[in-house]
Amino acid sequence: MNANPYLPDMATIVEVIQETHNIKTFRIVINNEERMKEFTFRPGQVGQLSVFGVGESTFVINSSPTRKDYLQFSVMRVGEVTTRLHQLQPGDQIGVRAPLGNSFPVEDLKGKNIVFVGGGIGMAPLRTLFTYMLDNRKDYGDITLLYGARSPADLTYKAELPEWTERKDVNTVLTIDNPSEGWEHKVGLIPNVLLEINPSPKNTVAITCGPPIMIKFTLQALKKLGFEDENILTTLEKRMKCGVGICGRCNIGTKYVCMDGPVFTYAQLKELPSEL
Amino acid sequence: MERFITKENLIRLAEELTATCRVLAPVASCGTVTFRRFLPGMVLDMHSRMAAVSPKAATFPQTETLLTVKREIPEKKPEITETLPEGKNVVIGCRPCGARGKLIFNPVYETDKTKDPYYITRRDNTVFISLACDRPETTCFCHSVGSGPADAEGSDVLLTLVGEGYVARSVTPAGEEVMKSSLFADAGDKGKEADAKNVRARELMGEAHDYASAPAQLLARFDDMDFWQAQSAKCISCGACTYMCPTCYCFNITDDDLGLESRRIRSWDNCMSHTFTLEGSGHNPRPTKAHRLKNRVGHKFSYYPDLHKGVIACCGCGRCIKQCPAGVDIRQIVKAAQEYSE
Repeated sequence: MNANPYLPDMATIVEVIQETHNIKTFRIVINNEERMKEFTFRPGQVGQLSVFGVGESTFVINSSPTRKDYLQFSVMRVGEVTTRLHQLQPGDQIGVRAPLGNSFPVEDLKGKNIVFVGGGIGMAPLRTLFTYMLDNRKDYGDITLLYGARSPADLTYKAELPEWTERKDVNTVLTIDNPSEGWEHKVGLIPNVLLEINPSPKNTVAITCGPPIMIKFTLQALKKLGFEDENILTTLEKRMKCGVGICGRCNIGTKYVCMDGPVFTYAQLKELPSEL
Repeated sequence: MERFITKENLIRLAEELTATCRVLAPVASCGTVTFRRFLPGMVLDMHSRMAAVSPKAATFPQTETLLTVKREIPEKKPEITETLPEGKNVVIGCRPCGARGKLIFNPVYETDKTKDPYYITRRDNTVFISLACDRPETTCFCHSVGSGPADAEGSDVLLTLVGEGYVARSVTPAGEEVMKSSLFADAGDKGKEADAKNVRARELMGEAHDYASAPAQLLARFDDMDFWQAQSAKCISCGACTYMCPTCYCFNITDDDLGLESRRIRSWDNCMSHTFTLEGSGHNPRPTKAHRLKNRVGHKFSYYPDLHKGVIACCGCGRCIKQCPAGVDIRQIVKAAQEYSE
């Protein structure tokens, strides 16, 4: 980060991937070569992307710090900034303020089995950690990835799904809500498929992200499977502006999602005032 | 340093300072006293009543440009320029609560991790010449939040009205520098008179309310939406309370597109507004005014004290009570939470 926390670095979009009808993935490189070389972050941290003249929005950095050629952000088109971002092409200039927030505890997770449960665009933060773990595979135990979307067309990271499903050292399970022609994977809502997979909670940490309703029922399923609150991690979405704990927008009681989060354990969430 | 300055000389001092500083002072206009840019020839109104709007804008303007971005030649990469505030400011005639209010910003805007250069620059370049209160208003409760009518914390000079002028006491080196002006005279024994007036003003405020149990009691009421709906029934979500408040520091950041260039602007924001926490997904964690009032009161009397050594994020100026068009009284809400039993 710059000394002035509101000052973005200029960056160039180097690649745009159309993931779904309303999600695009942007790969960017910070223009200042030295800054790009020095740029470090931890899985789970977020950044603010700027389209000058339109504004800033917060997105998770969904590339892995183990792959340093570019920073990757997946953007769902929902408002003014995201709509304008979707119109940009490789070579276009944007601003980036990153990294912001806390991260997944990658050191504490070493030696543990990991169950990822991602829904829709909620796969973005999980992708960071999943990729990080694939690049440090020997540090972690069994890895299961359960990733679901409404339909095959709503799945992001399609280019990587074949690798994820074919790798022998991870158990990747894909699911969609309703049957679809040509679909060879699971059909069913994520919490139900999770119960079907029935992962053991022993020495296992579950990491989930997705729409609030999915998280709600996924947490119930994880509890049913015997997961302890301390061993369930999630990332929160909140409206943010400054990203550095000043503007007063993303607090839940005394915690600021932009500084104390976005990653929280279920045990921590239970301690917070119920304002999610 | 203790000196004396006549009312006439204080106006002359204000006029002299306009040569080198931006001077903000209480000025009456259309029946309302507000802090305005003071220019020679204007009439100071320090005594009729507390200014409707606090001097918060001196250190935290309602709107300020953080950055400008030139993008006039499409092929060329945009150029970003930081627009850090320049020059010196002097606030004359604010009440101690208004000067003290800015202290609430400090542990938020300047931490080991993050420094807000815009606020810090303005704060460090602004001198506060405050006027001790001699008669509290019914909405005043500074004495209940750790302050008082002659509290000098946050001020650089504290004035106390004695006869046809003011006993001036320096609080900081910056205040002492201002008081080197030849417009100040020897205070003689007027200091004793000033002390007596300050003591009398504190007595007029009566017994202070004890907010010690507020942080825990407000949290205990967090999930009781019946309580919050009752407390917020009158609120019309206009946000006047936040805009008038010397301690409210929430802001928004937006871009102003000027075609060939753009400005990134910070402006005061309002936690009583529905859109304040509205997420991109359409989900809103504070969907009703009851949720929003709970956060506003909770922030000032529970969350902030929990994070910052028990300090209440309220200076007790009472503007939120006085200016509320619906008569919402934050004192009554906190008291109700403290007295509430299942």
